[in-house]
Amino acid sequence: MRRRQFLVLSAASVGGVLVYSLDRRASRLFAQDKATQPLKIPLRFFTEDEALIVAAATSRIFPSDESGPGAREAGVVIYIDRQLAGPYGRDRYRYTHGPFDENAPRDFGYQGKATPSETYREGLQGLQGFDQLSPEEQDNRLRQIEDTHFFAVLRQNTIEGMFCDPAHGGNVDMIGWQLVGFPGPHMSNYNDVDKHYGEAYRPKLVSLEQVLGRKIPVSEDEDRT
Amino acid sequence: MKTLPSTDVLIIGGGWTGLLMAKELGSRTPHSIVILERGGMRNPADYVLGMDELDYFIRLHMMQDPSRETVTVRHDANERSLPIRQFANFLPGSGVGGTGEHWGAQVPRFQPDCFQLYSRTVARYGEKRLPEDHSFQDFGVTYDEMEPYYAREERTLGVSGKAGNLRGKKIEGGNVHEGWRSEEYPNPPLKLPYFGSLMETAAKSLGYHPYPNPTAVNSQAYTNPDGVTRAACAYCGFCERLPCMIAAKAQPTNIFLPLVQKLKTVSLRTGTTVRRIVHDTAQGAGKARGVTYIDAAGEEVFQPADLVILASYTLSNNRLLMLSKAGEPYDPAAGKGTLGKNLTHQISFGTAQAFFEKPLNRFMGAGGAGMRFADLDGDVFDHSNLPFLRGGMFGAIMTGQAPIATFGALPRSIKARWGSAWKKAAMEYYDHVGVVAYSGEHVPYKSNYFDLDPIYKDSAGDPLLRMTINWRDNERKMVEFMTAKGVEVARAMGAKEINPFPGYQDYDVTRYQSTHIQGGTMMAPSPDRGVVNNYQQHWQIPNLFVLGASTFPNSASANPTPTILAFAYRTADAIVEKYLKKPGALA
Repeated sequence: MRRRQFLVLSAASVGGVLVYSLDRRASRLFAQDKATQPLKIPLRFFTEDEALIVAAATSRIFPSDESGPGAREAGVVIYIDRQLAGPYGRDRYRYTHGPFDENAPRDFGYQGKATPSETYREGLQGLQGFDQLSPEEQDNRLRQIEDTHFFAVLRQNTIEGMFCDPAHGGNVDMIGWQLVGFPGPHMSNYNDVDKHYGEAYRPKLVSLEQVLGRKIPVSEDEDRT
Repeated sequence: MKTLPSTDVLIIGGGWTGLLMAKELGSRTPHSIVILERGGMRNPADYVLGMDELDYFIRLHMMQDPSRETVTVRHDANERSLPIRQFANFLPGSGVGGTGEHWGAQVPRFQPDCFQLYSRTVARYGEKRLPEDHSFQDFGVTYDEMEPYYAREERTLGVSGKAGNLRGKKIEGGNVHEGWRSEEYPNPPLKLPYFGSLMETAAKSLGYHPYPNPTAVNSQAYTNPDGVTRAACAYCGFCERLPCMIAAKAQPTNIFLPLVQKLKTVSLRTGTTVRRIVHDTAQGAGKARGVTYIDAAGEEVFQPADLVILASYTLSNNRLLMLSKAGEPYDPAAGKGTLGKNLTHQISFGTAQAFFEKPLNRFMGAGGAGMRFADLDGDVFDHSNLPFLRGGMFGAIMTGQAPIATFGALPRSIKARWGSAWKKAAMEYYDHVGVVAYSGEHVPYKSNYFDLDPIYKDSAGDPLLRMTINWRDNERKMVEFMTAKGVEVARAMGAKEINPFPGYQDYDVTRYQSTHIQGGTMMAPSPDRGVVNNYQQHWQIPNLFVLGASTFPNSASANPTPTILAFAYRTADAIVEKYLKKPGALA
């Protein structure tokens, strides 16, 4: 058993941010709220050092900038942590019999042996101290690895964490959906699908749990009771 | 191995064709029926969870689990094969309802001449125009014979659409290039999203004949001839790859399962994996005795049966016959055998990824909601001076799109793939991108085929199925020609920027193409030319029938499910009216 690790977010470092705790209760941290204790988020897979690197890298992939919030506010690192601790992380649903071939042509998909969790663990070894670098240095470092399998997985998982249903730990406050005007699951667009031709129709955002009024089962919790 | 009490009829697979056959035989005859389904039972009350894009659309919750069984692929007989480790270019389903639970529900009929690919091509262009290495062959059944069965499946599914050819009378606004139909569609077309409306206007301006895409999604509440009532579509936009939570999309679990579950003579056993069809062909008897399967508790058992119906997806139909040595394996080098021959995969790609000034509200839609035109389909246009044969249909369809799958679609002029510039551009273009889609015919070749993989195995230790498949000149040139046409359409739709399709190189297992893999157990007029006769009855084992697109000698441009269902009805009629009265070869 590894010692339980936490991702500690200080209010001052993150500004006004909403994060989901383990039981998926949303908490908001305000920089101006001096009384707020740093938020300790229990990690399922990453060590704290790894989580800080992933948080830094994903926020260079999907930055918080003048065009809007990014991976940091969406809680992408929390999303990825949960995915890697669950069936996705250990390739529960991938064909994992050999022979493997790391160098197979790309039109056969990833033919290597590593599971996503192994890919992260190895990839993060090569990014030690990444979270301490300046943004420019971080971008240079990512450019050096952008053709690797690890980077492709990291980028894909970042997009997932930005836009998944909030039940998965990412897209906190539906912040990713707000960026693109995706309204989430709406039961009916019957009266609108053949209207609004040429103009943006943006119904109120809802998450699946809001629609259903109950928690939904998510795959990363498949083997957790 | 334990032997179970015998059943009259044994059906392998609880998807579209298996449940159709159980319903037909179970309601028209007194025979006992057992259905063996590898996956689990589906609970439609859970289908609302399909609105979770991550678990369903991205992680493929409805699909076959490749960790247990997948297929391998190679481009030609000299290349080593590699397994598809995660499904991507096609998505076979699992569980009761099978692939029919998550399908896109686009239901065009085949062009009439698709049933006579060899003879119609030769009649118009001569033998010399047949492509090198081709294995063109007629179905042995004509469109005219199939028409009543098409009408039957359309009434059963409640297809929404508009006829373009009623008993030979051409009707503007429908598909004027379709084969004749005996009756109008049971339901009017779906509502038209903005993107499809752009295509309708553009296609007309270019002289094409656009029509509403026929879909097995209810445009209004509908009760079918079996008394099954289903709701109208709500255009929630969570449709393709997902199950419909209100049963507006026709699925095996809402069309056939409720009827099958009422039949006392039918027993549906889930979590059962068939390992072999047991037969006496080697002893010269040509009779299936039943199947061995691993039951839900993990024990292998023998289930005797008088009649065996193999009703799985194309891949399992082929593999199970091969593992069971039921048919002569195809040997391309010697030109002998038929089992595995004529593997085709319907061509499907986006001719033009088009970026528009105005937003498209892409989150709204339904399976197949949009417009198509078929002026470049099949042999509708003259190929005398073209470097390829056959064609396909163009479409502008808005199924409803979500952001994990579609964020980051950008004009090729933008090179960034991460970082601030990428994020900003991807946000700006997000709701402004649509695809002018094309689905085309894949003609058969001698060296595109299935066999068993010599290296890779499933979780039970049996060899995986191997696909040997690649594109040829005919496909590459067709794709090039159609891409240029699609770009013209996108331009006429008002696209500001366009990414033309880059073209076909080698067969690619990472880009979604279509879940329309066909052939391998093809029907033919004689045993030396195919695995089954045109009643889908095994040539060497008359009490074994094979249902599904595995029996098609070639891929049409049309999605195969309506034709699969039409042939299943035809086979059901033949079994009830002829075979059960006098068991034996029907052809």
